[in-house]
Amino acid sequence: MTIFYFVAFLSIFFALMTIFTKNPVHSVLYLVITFFTFTVHYILLNAQFLAVVNFIVYMGAIMVLFLFVLMLLNLNKDTEPMKSNLVKFMGAIAGMCLLATFLGAFKVIETDNGMVQAHENIGLVKNLGKVLFSDFLLPFEISSILLLTAMVGAVLLAKKEPRVKHG
Amino acid sequence: MDSLFQNMQGIPMNHYLIFCSIIFVIGVIGVLIRRNVIIIMMSIELMLNSVNLLLAAFSAYSGDPSGQVFVFFIMALAAAEVAVGLAIIIMVYRNTKSVDIESLSKLRW
Repeated sequence: MTIFYFVAFLSIFFALMTIFTKNPVHSVLYLVITFFTFTVHYILLNAQFLAVVNFIVYMGAIMVLFLFVLMLLNLNKDTEPMKSNLVKFMGAIAGMCLLATFLGAFKVIETDNGMVQAHENIGLVKNLGKVLFSDFLLPFEISSILLLTAMVGAVLLAKKEPRVKHG
Repeated sequence: MDSLFQNMQGIPMNHYLIFCSIIFVIGVIGVLIRRNVIIIMMSIELMLNSVNLLLAAFSAYSGDPSGQVFVFFIMALAAAEVAVGLAIIIMVYRNTKSVDIESLSKLRW
């Protein structure tokens, strides 16, 4: 039980570091640590499939993509554009207002406040696969088309066009 | 694994709600206070992840695997979104030589 609160604290801490660090490379690395703590959360919920997928897809693929683009564009602390302190302050205030709204809403809806139990087997690959390939077969196939479209779109967008001239 | 189960016997649903909304709000603040487009996309990833965790928590709470399948779909969607978004950022950088979101303000009416 205390593991959850400790890992939750780590998640919040590293998420804050992600958005407040000036250097973009450090920011990506902090985000990787944040996603690792999320993986620990999935393991605590006994969602083993999601833990593995989160580890491989988010930390392995997406974050490496971010790091790769950062290195490609050669960004560092000196080129980092920053907003004025007033805008930062206003952004933080607006975020806190949103949080207050959330907390007020949770208080009003008054959930029955049951305990989250880690189920023994719903998070396993076997059961998730059964659900995925019976109830969710059509969305699964459509998501494959979505990934194909995204791949073609990304390649087309990032390809250099030789005829573009400025001015 | 058994000791982990014992550890998980007492987390109220409300604490998951509060924790995930805090992470979501951190993502929102990141979008509001940063000007680097890549950091803004990272904040969006943070928001997506907080919702993912909440879906998984509700799925464990109600004993229904559909929530975890949804998280799987959101992850596939996030991967596609990141690929296209980073390609757009590279295009913008090539044309304006900066990743500042203000350099896109000519899109504003």
